[in-house]
Amino acid sequence: MWRHVTRGARALIHRRETDRDIIDEAQHYFDEAVAALMACGYTREDADRTARIEIGSLTRIREQARSYGWEHTVETVLSDVRFAARGLRKNPGFTVVAALTLALGIGATTAIFSVLNPILFQPLPYPRAERLVIWDIFEGARADTTFHTYQEIAARSRSFEWLATVDGLPWQPTIAGASRPARLDGQSVTADYFRVLAVGPSLGRNFTVEDDRFRGPKVVIISDGLWRRRFAGDRGIIGRKIRLDDDLYTVIGVMPRRFDNVLGPATEIWKPQQYETGHIADFDSEEWGHHMHMAGRLRAGVSVAQAKQELADIARTRIAEFPRPRFASLTSGFIVDSLKDQVTRGVKPALVAVAGAVVLVLIIACVNVMNLVLARGAGRRGEFAMRAALGAGRTRLTRQMVTESLLLAITGGVLGVFIAKVGISTLIALSPAGLPRLGDIELSGTVFAFASVVTGAIGVITGLIPSIELSRRDPLSGIQQSSKRIAGTHHAAPQMLVISEVALALVLLVGAGLLLRSLERLFAVAPGFDPSHLLTLQVQISGHRYDSDATRWRFYARALEAVRRVPSVASAAETSLLPFSGDQYGAYGVQFEEDRRGYDVSRYAVSSGYFETMGIPVRRGRPLRDYDTVGAQQVAVISESLARRQFPHGDAVGKRLHLGPIDRPWCVIVGVVSDVKQGSLADNQTDAVYIPSARSWFADDAMSIVARVRGDATAARGDIEKAIWSVDKDEAIVNAATMDNLLRESGAERRFAMIVFEAFAAAALLLAAIGVYGVLAGAVAERTREIGVRAALGASKRAIVGNVIEQGAKLVALGGAIGIVVAVAASKALTTLLFGVSRLDPLTYAAVAALLGAVAVVACSVPAWRAARVDPVIALRTE
Amino acid sequence: MLDNSTTDVIQGTLDMLILKTVSLRPIHGFGIARRVEQISRGVFKVNAGSLLTALQRLERAGWLDSEWRETENSRRAKFYALTRAGRKQLDVETADWNRRASAIARLLKAEA
Repeated sequence: MWRHVTRGARALIHRRETDRDIIDEAQHYFDEAVAALMACGYTREDADRTARIEIGSLTRIREQARSYGWEHTVETVLSDVRFAARGLRKNPGFTVVAALTLALGIGATTAIFSVLNPILFQPLPYPRAERLVIWDIFEGARADTTFHTYQEIAARSRSFEWLATVDGLPWQPTIAGASRPARLDGQSVTADYFRVLAVGPSLGRNFTVEDDRFRGPKVVIISDGLWRRRFAGDRGIIGRKIRLDDDLYTVIGVMPRRFDNVLGPATEIWKPQQYETGHIADFDSEEWGHHMHMAGRLRAGVSVAQAKQELADIARTRIAEFPRPRFASLTSGFIVDSLKDQVTRGVKPALVAVAGAVVLVLIIACVNVMNLVLARGAGRRGEFAMRAALGAGRTRLTRQMVTESLLLAITGGVLGVFIAKVGISTLIALSPAGLPRLGDIELSGTVFAFASVVTGAIGVITGLIPSIELSRRDPLSGIQQSSKRIAGTHHAAPQMLVISEVALALVLLVGAGLLLRSLERLFAVAPGFDPSHLLTLQVQISGHRYDSDATRWRFYARALEAVRRVPSVASAAETSLLPFSGDQYGAYGVQFEEDRRGYDVSRYAVSSGYFETMGIPVRRGRPLRDYDTVGAQQVAVISESLARRQFPHGDAVGKRLHLGPIDRPWCVIVGVVSDVKQGSLADNQTDAVYIPSARSWFADDAMSIVARVRGDATAARGDIEKAIWSVDKDEAIVNAATMDNLLRESGAERRFAMIVFEAFAAAALLLAAIGVYGVLAGAVAERTREIGVRAALGASKRAIVGNVIEQGAKLVALGGAIGIVVAVAASKALTTLLFGVSRLDPLTYAAVAALLGAVAVVACSVPAWRAARVDPVIALRTE
Repeated sequence: MLDNSTTDVIQGTLDMLILKTVSLRPIHGFGIARRVEQISRGVFKVNAGSLLTALQRLERAGWLDSEWRETENSRRAKFYALTRAGRKQLDVETADWNRRASAIARLLKAEA
């Protein structure tokens, strides 16, 4: 076998010598034969002739001997490739357009695939990741579970090899050091968290049960990134103490560099939760709070269905050992997902829609190239017919066409990979914040393999289909055709291709249009405040000197004072919950005096001047004032939606409510303010209660400062930070951003889908226009003689132009009609991305159809104009 | 020189005949063809193209070695020699052929 390969390769490389060898050997054979004949008494001439008759022609012998071995096949292919390359070079216009079209299609598909691959197709980067599940409890909707629920499951279930919880409450310790204090993103986890993921520290040790006991040792495991950045990759870090929020923690481990923490991609530091396990009957304890994500690794041999069944059984049967409060009764059971589904659920709709779009673009690109090949084939019909007549088999012709299209596709594929490279970085730059596994989006081997397969498939398809179509035409008419004596007959294939192209382009256009309208609608939604010239930043309290609420409030007040003194700041205020910042955990229960009904509302603990600074209009009553923090009466301001809900007929001002714990004194409502969107513009939950921060039942450990700035909001950032640090230089300032930016970011996922769709739709429209143009131009060229005859017989220019336009209009109209039907069905995939617009929005469909029509007119007009200029004399003379 | 009773070499036996011929002594292409004709008393005729192709194949398979040398009448020719693997192959093919030939002979006899 090896010998075959090496000898073959040698023969291939030293082709000339090998040839020489064969020629010499054949020649020698012949000479010996002649010599032998002469020895028998033949004359030289007779011997020559007889040998030639007996042995056959030398050339044939050589050809026969040469056709042996795999290298011969390679050579045939190479000669096909050379021939194809020559053909492509001779026709640069066709080649460039076709290769670029394919490059676009392959590049776009490859780029999108590289984004989808790690998210949708690859398993999560953990050993046997398919055995990982995660669950929430079901209380009408998904809700985080509680620590004690975890305890019960851990004790009772048998399905899991390892179980762990991750605390949903943010742990964001501030790390002190030589440089500015920095806030880290951390996770509190139970001891077996890393065992569930089956990834352990690359340095040091994992958490143990001993680490995770109540009031256990202060230990942390840090990420590779933090280790390198903050500790210069020093291996002596293990056992060293680091200061986090004024406490000393011992570093016990460093996670590997490739560890991808999908349940918190930004996390750089982990600590054990150390919750108290003993007081399970105390339903008011922190351990009964709904802020846990529970994850488990299934035991070998246990299916997901079995695990679900067991969890359902546990939820149904209570045992005395594990009492359950009303709010964690588990009566509705659990929602169990694979970890992967959980991670990808948020982005899946956008990605699937984008994937669909790119497939359409790829199909259109292929169709277009097939059309070009057909059009070119029409011009070469004479050549093909002649070759067929001379005995070239159908397979031989097909093979040559496929070789040609493969060559085109490979050229396109190579260019496409470059396009993909650019595309990937663009996609990453555009990607919405929630996109998981961003680090794994790259031109990996899998992506290259994908691109190669796509390229190969396209090469074969774009060669095979046109060659089938061309070979169906009979060679005789082909030869006649090439002599241009007969008017062209119309072939259905190119027309059908164009119709499908137009239809697909319309589908993409509708998608892009719907997304564009959604985004327009979304940003037309008033956020409820004035975002211009607003700079926001968050101050994170850290250190034991702020253990008491009073010291925190004093710090916040002094920091706000300092910010207000910055010259470029017109006004400033503080809030515990900042709209569009991604702040969570602002929801608390509210109860009104009248009927004691409870709602979940957003709790805003704010300073005076908050409404004025944010530009939130006061609808009734008055805003919060400085004196509200000291007066005897507790006061609150509520949002319009809440006021309308609770007091549909009366005035809310003067009524009383409780926010949070019910053992607190009543707050009097002093004002009603306009509704503010909190999470995103698409939010419709705007019920909110504002209280003076210093009168809250707890002091937040992070507050956002909002400053309305004269001039450029970003320019003031340095001064404002300096002002805050002048109060305490050890407090971390995070998330500095302008409100305009936060607003824009809030639509990122929709914007991402929209930009991708628009780009694809534009490409599709262009390709479809080229397709329409190509078919019409081809038809006009083919009919030059016929048009000439018509013109000679007195057809007006108008009639000729009308004829061409009509032909184009028919194609576009039919394609458009099919496209609309398909778009109506396909738009279902977009529904979750739409906002404020129906997927059947007639305006979008009409506008898209009009756009397509306009582009089609342009595409038709050039061939029509050319037809009108056909000079009968020249047309008839071209014979 | 050749009469009508000449036939082409039986399908599938060319390799064996070449190996056998080469096994006697190193020999060039024409020599092989000639020996096959002579020894078969002119029953078998070797087609030059098939022979040269077969020689390439056998060499590629590692059963033959080749070398350009002067012949006795001082022409340059490619001489083939049997390798160790080639000898083994020849034994296998010979045994195989004998088995088949005797089987056919038995069959023909039984019919007669």
